[in-house]
Amino acid sequence: MTHNEIVACFPHMANYAYAFKYVCEHGFEVKYLIPPPITKRTLELGARVSPDYVCSPFKYCMGCYLEALELGANCLMQIYGGCRLNYYGELNARILRDMGYEFEFFDMAAVNWKSPKDIIEHFRIINPDINPVKVVQALPVTFRIIEILDEFEDLIRHNVGFEVNDGEFDGTYKEFLGKLENVEDGKELKELEKEYRTRLHGIPLNKPAKTIKVGFVGDYYTVQEPFSNYFMEKELAKFGMEVYRQMNFTNSVIHNQGKKKRKIAKKYAKYPLGATANSTVAEAITFAKEGCAGIIQVKSFGCMPEIDAMPILQNVSRDYHVPILHFSFDSQTSETGVRTRLEAFYDMVEARNGRKA
Amino acid sequence: MKIGIPRALLYYKNEKFWTTLFTELGFEYIISPETDCAILSRGEILSIDETCLPIKLLLGHVDWLIGKCDYVFVPRVAYRHKLQMCTRFMAQTDLVANTFRDREDFKLLFYSVGEPTHNCEREAVYKMAKFLKVKKAVFKEAYATAKAAQMFYERFRTERQKEKVDTTQKIKILLVAHAYSVGDAYIGKPVIAMLKAMGCEPVIAEYGDERDCIRASYAVSKSMPWAYNRHLVGAVELYKDHVDGAVLLTAFPCGTDSMVNEYIIHAFKGLPMITLTVDAQDGSAGMETRLESFIDIITLRKERSHDA
Repeated sequence: MTHNEIVACFPHMANYAYAFKYVCEHGFEVKYLIPPPITKRTLELGARVSPDYVCSPFKYCMGCYLEALELGANCLMQIYGGCRLNYYGELNARILRDMGYEFEFFDMAAVNWKSPKDIIEHFRIINPDINPVKVVQALPVTFRIIEILDEFEDLIRHNVGFEVNDGEFDGTYKEFLGKLENVEDGKELKELEKEYRTRLHGIPLNKPAKTIKVGFVGDYYTVQEPFSNYFMEKELAKFGMEVYRQMNFTNSVIHNQGKKKRKIAKKYAKYPLGATANSTVAEAITFAKEGCAGIIQVKSFGCMPEIDAMPILQNVSRDYHVPILHFSFDSQTSETGVRTRLEAFYDMVEARNGRKA
Repeated sequence: MKIGIPRALLYYKNEKFWTTLFTELGFEYIISPETDCAILSRGEILSIDETCLPIKLLLGHVDWLIGKCDYVFVPRVAYRHKLQMCTRFMAQTDLVANTFRDREDFKLLFYSVGEPTHNCEREAVYKMAKFLKVKKAVFKEAYATAKAAQMFYERFRTERQKEKVDTTQKIKILLVAHAYSVGDAYIGKPVIAMLKAMGCEPVIAEYGDERDCIRASYAVSKSMPWAYNRHLVGAVELYKDHVDGAVLLTAFPCGTDSMVNEYIIHAFKGLPMITLTVDAQDGSAGMETRLESFIDIITLRKERSHDA
């Protein structure tokens, strides 16, 4: 049934490509190309054709598109959001077209989501003979895939630092992802989910009763895409820390917690600050209350809402006596510098914890 | 009661509106002076390194006002003409409140345009007037007068610029920059002075009629979300046949400009363009050299097309 000529592609973001793949192949009935994993080359390719001081997610997206176009993708897609992300699509397409590439571009920012007619009109870009019923039917499984991905990754985040056999979590998870790629329907997904949940829970751990917890907050892309934050969650786990993170697709797209988080942040921010700034503040407050020993904020260089959240975070840090470390990533941040700062952060957090106990 | 208005960001968009409004409502106001070194360096100390220059200046101006007035007026505007604004304008009130929260003599006058409805601005002003205990009748009249004042001022600016563009024989350079960049003594005014000293006629994109420009911008870009950037893009579209070149002046690191200026460069290929970036580091010599060579090229082009 799959449409032969169209090969759709979303830029990489964490492991959500599997969800996009499912909705494209079973809902839109087109082929989906999972772009090659992000590497230094992706970023270099992207940075070369992007404006100089645009935020780094834009550069990652451009890199992903270029690599996907090389591999034969011909229908690119872009999501939208509350900040500069709202304008990504148009500029992405313009730059690529001026470079001489030919492709279809589905830009979610251009869609009027209140008008079903307009939505279907835009969906026709992806597949001219689209069947809207199929798209709707594919959505529950797509959302379920996202929820499972987030659930498993949360579990890994909390425990990977304490596994007895190194790499067991990663190995099992990779195996799961490999099988997830070819899931056909909800039933199959359910079985897969069940199998791997027991396996992940069954991994032997060596976890002390009291662990050092760190909260992980930041801008939508950088906090979720491990490559763009230099696999910081893994680095933190290597120090034997338990990493907590609230921002993911489940908490932002499927079960939107924006209102709840705005309420938590109300003490510091009277109004919505735009994009993820309020949730960053709210998450930081929650982590501080729940007894995290430290909080790390990651963002791309020049990210407008996150920079506006920084003075507020500094106040949170003062009020709750919790250290907050700010990281800013661009296309050229050195890995060594990041590790050194993390080590210093860990030493400080550990010393503080010792003093408290 | 005295209200302090920082001469930064939205002030340059609404100066006549606000000053008239406060006068009509019966309040005294004080406006911080033009940006100088002291204000800039205070702003730099108070702000996060990565913040854009206009926000640094805003903090410097607010700092200058503290102690000189009862309330500091830092408006929050999330929408204009039902279009989005840069998130900086959504966050500036809370940003200022958090930066100065330990200062005892500091109080904020809240004003928030938060919904994309057609009379959102009026409601926001009404809310503020209620907080200031102004009677509704007084508010109504003051609002109408202030709106008219701002409108006349803008129309006058547009007309005068149109006249200049039509009559002048000089080289006309379109200056594409946000209102708060063009009007600021640190960012835009030196560039305007430089252009004049080089014998050019600066044409300010910002002075184009806002509604006309926004309408025109749809011919260039379908999904650009920001009102101010649409204004500028529309101005380029409307003025492109009447000017000889364009200067894209941006304050470092402006989030919206970083993308929109790239789009302008891609969309208007026939128009000679140069991008100038101003940051908090002093020294205008580099900029002057670049502007000079840009003007030289345009002069040469013009002469050649005359000869042909």
